[in-house]
Amino acid sequence: MLRGKQTWWFEKRPVIIGAATVVGPDEGDGPLAADYDLVHPELDLQQKSWEKAERLLMEQASDFALKKAGVDKQELSFYVGGDLMNQIISSTFAARSIGAPYIGMFGACSTSMESLAIASLMVNSGAANSVLAGVCSHNCTAEKQFRYPTEYGSQKPPTAQYTVTGAGAVVVAPEGKGPVVECATIGKIVDLGIKDPFNMGAAMAPAAVDTIQTHFNDTGREPKDYDLIVTGDLATVGHGIAKDLLVRDGVPMNDTVFTDCGLLVYDVARQKVQAGGSGCGCSAVVTYGHLLKRLEQGEFRRILVVATGALLSPLSFQQGESIPGIAHAVAIERAQ
Amino acid sequence: MATKAGSKYKKMTMSPQEYQTYAKTREPSRAVLRNCLRAFLVGGLICTLGQVIQDLFVYAFGMSQQEAGNPTVAILILTSVILTCLGVYDKIAQWAGAGTAVPVTGFANSMCSAALEHRSEGLVLGVGGNMFKLAGSVIVYGTVAAFFIGIIYMAFGVEGH
Repeated sequence: MLRGKQTWWFEKRPVIIGAATVVGPDEGDGPLAADYDLVHPELDLQQKSWEKAERLLMEQASDFALKKAGVDKQELSFYVGGDLMNQIISSTFAARSIGAPYIGMFGACSTSMESLAIASLMVNSGAANSVLAGVCSHNCTAEKQFRYPTEYGSQKPPTAQYTVTGAGAVVVAPEGKGPVVECATIGKIVDLGIKDPFNMGAAMAPAAVDTIQTHFNDTGREPKDYDLIVTGDLATVGHGIAKDLLVRDGVPMNDTVFTDCGLLVYDVARQKVQAGGSGCGCSAVVTYGHLLKRLEQGEFRRILVVATGALLSPLSFQQGESIPGIAHAVAIERAQ
Repeated sequence: MATKAGSKYKKMTMSPQEYQTYAKTREPSRAVLRNCLRAFLVGGLICTLGQVIQDLFVYAFGMSQQEAGNPTVAILILTSVILTCLGVYDKIAQWAGAGTAVPVTGFANSMCSAALEHRSEGLVLGVGGNMFKLAGSVIVYGTVAAFFIGIIYMAFGVEGH
């Protein structure tokens, strides 16, 4: 079960039996549009508040995932989820309508892989027959809570990132048809003192590096064992730093394809997203929408998703605290 | 495959200080000159527009320069609020930077955007309580600055106007 220092090896090979993603207009305008289950043409989803819109994304993604998995809401053992809102209201309110026993978690943008790791652990240990793992984020709720009102005219620096409007959910079960969750490396907080909330990529990059190195140390694997290693939302600045740090430490990252969900989700050069995408929804919609499909189509055999999180609060950065970073890695393999 | 857990890769050899310096070098540089130029252009354009409106009031309604001031500001504020409500002001601002932030239109945008954003929390706690969220500090430090300028004037025996 525990392998090395902080990696869980899932011997029972839990399976992702259903995955679904729902996104907003900017993601629908991006290069992965065809991979999502539903693209909303407007940001407010015809809801009265941004918060309601975000919740609806989560509910819809959950419904689609359960439907694809062929699991009834009543049969579902647990729902594990989180989001970026204070007191993780989007997930909690979505859990109210899902009705399954619920574990809420907060790992900022790393919650996508954190929840998948926990869901797989629960299934692997026999604690659950089916677990729904899902996360969501909304560009406007994040702007409102962490930055300025959405319509406020402030100029964003080129290091800033654009929070993804989207939700991704998967159903993990002991057996069934679908990709297998092989193992997960739970990251630790790495904080090298970056304080700029408009440069979260640089704040999170060392955490991603730490988790990736730990994953290889714990499992004895090498980058070449993966067809793709993808970080969550480091975007242009952070991803470049992470790659250079890994290579500098002697990790042969050139043996694999190393990219970032924040760079895949948008056409960074064309869409006005500064350095790229961010948010829980970023790694969730790219992994559950795009990457799982490519796994099933046979393009990849095995991938490592390293979801990164910046664990700051609006209060902490105003008080001049630095940004603690974290990253959780999950290895997903095509079913043999 | 999975061998005994070892430490084949040694971790992060950089100190926080070294990393911060290194990360700084990786930031794409902000286009300061371009931003200044755009701010000058757009800010100047808004002020010229204000002047045109003021002159219109003077020539069309026979107002004095001073009388024309208030309705001019009102029109600029109204324009800014309409553009904010249409969701365009923030897009112009990303291009123009300080050019749209410094004139009175920026102040109106800060209040209007906060009011819009917090409408969902009700008229009192939402709109009322949050409207000055961004504009509040402008008023506070504007008043504080005026106070000290007043003292300086007094100390040098200069009249305020």
